[in-house]
Amino acid sequence: MYNFDFVKPATIAEAVEALSGEEAQALSGGQTLLPTMKQRLNAPATLVSLTGIAEMKGVTRDGDTLVIGAATPHAVVARDAAAHYPALAALAGQIGDPAVRNRGTIGGSIANNDPSACYPSAVLASGAVVVTNTREIAADDFFQGLFETALHDGEIITAVRFPIPQKAAYAKFLQPASRFALTGAFVAQYAAGVRVAITGASESGVFRWTEAEAALSGNFTPEAIAGLSVAADGMIGDLHGTPDYRAHLVGVMTRRAVTAAR
Amino acid sequence: MPMDGGIGASTKRREDLRFLTGNGRYTDDINLRGQLYAHFLRSQVAHGRITAIDTADAAAMPGVVRIFTGADFEGVGGLPCGWQVTDKHGQPMQEPAHPVLAQGKVRHVGDPIAVVVAETAEQARDAAEAIVVDIDELPAVVDMKAALAADAPKVHDDLTSNLCYDWGFVEENKGAVDAAFSAAAHVTTLELVNQRLVANPMEPRVAVGDYDPWNDMSTLYTTSQNPHVIRLLMGAFVLGIPEHKLRVVAPDVGGGFGSKIFHYAEEAFCTFAARQLKKPVKWTSSRSEAFMSDAHGRDHVTRIELALDADNNFTAIRTETYANMGAYLSTFAPSVPTWLHGTLMAGNYKTPVIYVNVKAVFTNTVPVDAYRGAGRPEATFQLERLIDKAARELGVSPVDLRRQNFIQPDQFPYATPVAVEYDTGNYDATMDKMLELADYAGFDARAAESAKAGKLRGFGIAHYIEACGIAPSNLVGQLGARAGLYESATVRVNATGSISVFTGSHSHGQGHETTFAQVVSEMIGIDAGQVEIVHGDTSNTPMGMGTYGSRSLAVGGSALVRATNKIIAKAKKIAAHLLEAAEADIELKDGKFSVAGTDKSVDWAGVTLAAYVPHNYPLESLEPGLEETAFYDPSNFTYPAGAYGCEVELDPETGKVTILNFTAADDFGNVVNPMIVEGQVHGGLAQGIGQAMLEACAYDADGQLLTGSYMDYAMPRADDVPAYTVDHSCVTPCTHNPLGVKGCGEAGAIGSPPAVVNAVIDALHRGGHTHVTHIDMPVSPSRVWAAMQAK
Repeated sequence: MYNFDFVKPATIAEAVEALSGEEAQALSGGQTLLPTMKQRLNAPATLVSLTGIAEMKGVTRDGDTLVIGAATPHAVVARDAAAHYPALAALAGQIGDPAVRNRGTIGGSIANNDPSACYPSAVLASGAVVVTNTREIAADDFFQGLFETALHDGEIITAVRFPIPQKAAYAKFLQPASRFALTGAFVAQYAAGVRVAITGASESGVFRWTEAEAALSGNFTPEAIAGLSVAADGMIGDLHGTPDYRAHLVGVMTRRAVTAAR
Repeated sequence: MPMDGGIGASTKRREDLRFLTGNGRYTDDINLRGQLYAHFLRSQVAHGRITAIDTADAAAMPGVVRIFTGADFEGVGGLPCGWQVTDKHGQPMQEPAHPVLAQGKVRHVGDPIAVVVAETAEQARDAAEAIVVDIDELPAVVDMKAALAADAPKVHDDLTSNLCYDWGFVEENKGAVDAAFSAAAHVTTLELVNQRLVANPMEPRVAVGDYDPWNDMSTLYTTSQNPHVIRLLMGAFVLGIPEHKLRVVAPDVGGGFGSKIFHYAEEAFCTFAARQLKKPVKWTSSRSEAFMSDAHGRDHVTRIELALDADNNFTAIRTETYANMGAYLSTFAPSVPTWLHGTLMAGNYKTPVIYVNVKAVFTNTVPVDAYRGAGRPEATFQLERLIDKAARELGVSPVDLRRQNFIQPDQFPYATPVAVEYDTGNYDATMDKMLELADYAGFDARAAESAKAGKLRGFGIAHYIEACGIAPSNLVGQLGARAGLYESATVRVNATGSISVFTGSHSHGQGHETTFAQVVSEMIGIDAGQVEIVHGDTSNTPMGMGTYGSRSLAVGGSALVRATNKIIAKAKKIAAHLLEAAEADIELKDGKFSVAGTDKSVDWAGVTLAAYVPHNYPLESLEPGLEETAFYDPSNFTYPAGAYGCEVELDPETGKVTILNFTAADDFGNVVNPMIVEGQVHGGLAQGIGQAMLEACAYDADGQLLTGSYMDYAMPRADDVPAYTVDHSCVTPCTHNPLGVKGCGEAGAIGSPPAVVNAVIDALHRGGHTHVTHIDMPVSPSRVWAAMQAK
């Protein structure tokens, strides 16, 4: 790791100011950033920790919406969201190991947009709104491919607003080594219809499986999508699974999520 | 019986107090005054010619003391290979040079090119980034068969090809084997891969070199399983330092699994640099470095055939294996696919003739050497998968086919057609025990329950034997070993009766400090708490060969028994003098010497005090003091054997396999500490299941390491393995060592991979996927699913 300066602002305004500096980088848990810095693949001049900002932490209910502060660690979401949005809490409780869950945050995860991360599927399937210091971004606009998001330089995610679904579940198939999602499916049923988001599978990152959404909106049962499949084209192929295998898992995991939804 | 448990007691491990409280003293805990730090600049390409190394900018950076390159090692020896294999034509293997730092060429990703020594580790690393290395990249050879093509790029320009050796065993039997195949009623053939693994001990390698110019004394602190071997190899072959001027210390070591047997470049470098700079030099491996610099394991590609007669008796076995050596010959690499593998191809079976061919191949990959089991897991996997396949083809029970061909208890000692003589065993007994403990009789009902839930349940059996307790020196010498494989012990009885034992064995997790004390305490009849076990320092232990090949108790323990017997014999002489009795009438029981048939006695401490305060002592016939050393060279290997049963459930939708139960019934001969033996089996099973289900070290076609971290190299975690059922109640004591013990350290890793894969194939067949006859390890969900689709 190269030397760097470390600041831990107490307010969003201070964080924005700190991030305007030369080669400043936001830190919100560091579960991806710190390993790359240790490998000297990343060398920010200043790390701006976002986890000391009180207004960016915690889980609050706002009518039919669950608002999660961007700097809330997974372990807190797993605990505090359980009564409001059990599928989201369950997802948070399955990320990594206890150390990861107590350090990693939802904002850090979705800003990084790892194609195998769990949270992007929940955000996208819930049609959540990503709130930043300057604007609100719909989930459909936020995720823009591998490690790419709609965030501008220096823009800070402050919260994610999740509409609470009637039913939802996340089904994750583990990559055996990293235990990231080899393929994960998040299914959420709303009055307006069903949304299905798939993570871990596509070379373009998290995506909505619109065919399944249409079928499930009419009939929310695993049988409704039994005949559907996604093409292997564009799926990730690596040591742990071929594109064919991942395409197959998209169907299996989606059906399992539908079965598990409550 | 000693109060705190002699032989047979599950005494808690005394070393765990310091390990579990974070108070172990590992090599990285050693920091010497004025210590400098080494950072290795390693090749990022698999194969290339070094055209220039510019260290000028780096040398000017803060804290840099000196930068070393291959040029600094001209005239210094290379890393030696400790075993010379003779090929099937009677010619010695091709043995390339193995420089400490690259000389002209790099041959694998991770090959060290230069080393920065600086005042801090960060400074050394910073400066290493400023070294400019020009490399003309060459095409890499990764695939073994491609490496043997006539036009393949050569890993070593001065060798005739990438073939290290083409070994035939037993060459004289080849004709008989071919004839048996011609006459066979049935032949079963299996092609398989025993994949490359990374050992991954919890503690990465560390070396600290120190030099005292006023005494011309070098010291190396290192993460080794065998400090005396390192002293001999490094002193005599690399740096030219005689033993009396070189001390090697391997303090607490956090696991080795074979990977810390070998003499590595970093050890030689730190010792060399400390002499050059007259300051201590330390290197600590990162986990990333470990993936590309620790010797890897396995990496065999095999075709094996079994011939059977019309009554399903095995009549011959024929195998052809390609064994990857990597870019250089690691210390014992040539022995693994040959003598540690070919000699096990008889398994537990009375197959009359066997022929094993092994082609060892150089590639642009990390060197491959012994990893837990070393050759024996590869042999067992082939054999036990093959027998399962044969049973399926013949429509007979895999249990019955094995039983029918087992060597029977009345056939021991049994000389196999592959040059070893099994001393004892009872394979039906372990098979019976395993089937009973695993409730094999109830399996069909459990399978039916799984089927109701849409799952496929399977049961896999493997019966292994291994040759361990390595090894008779005269035998291995004939086979090409450049070392003896005896073991040593010094028993120093102190004046008040406490005992310090100095063993040439080395504990890096095995619990010697506990078990060796149990042996001495049992023999003398004093509490184990009075016995201290000292190991790991060449300056105070007799020359011994260290710990690997499940040899510590069988060989090191035997040396300890011999030394203790010498102590007891001398103590009886002293007691006879003190008691004014004939030596022949002296009995030792519960730490007390008494005269047979009388109430006259003297206790242990009375005798030991007399030895060191010899006021009343037979000085004219006996030397004072009570300290004895023994060396023990085994007359044979020991042959632990056992039956392993694996029960799995397979999710046909995803291909994911879950191990529900794993049952191991081992015959380890006599057992000194059952708890520690069970722990050894648990660890072996975790590594064997890791190989079967999860682990694989992969390179791409250009020789780039694809599995350079735990993000892609899948290590077994606690929830990947079941709660094991292990048993060691089947006992046929070893006939040729004094404790009647066999090795137990590698068994789990040897017997479990075929049991797991057999279980997966069984589950698939029960589910109607009868086209699947084999899946290469690891049997990952994606591979199982792909096999199911490939009709």
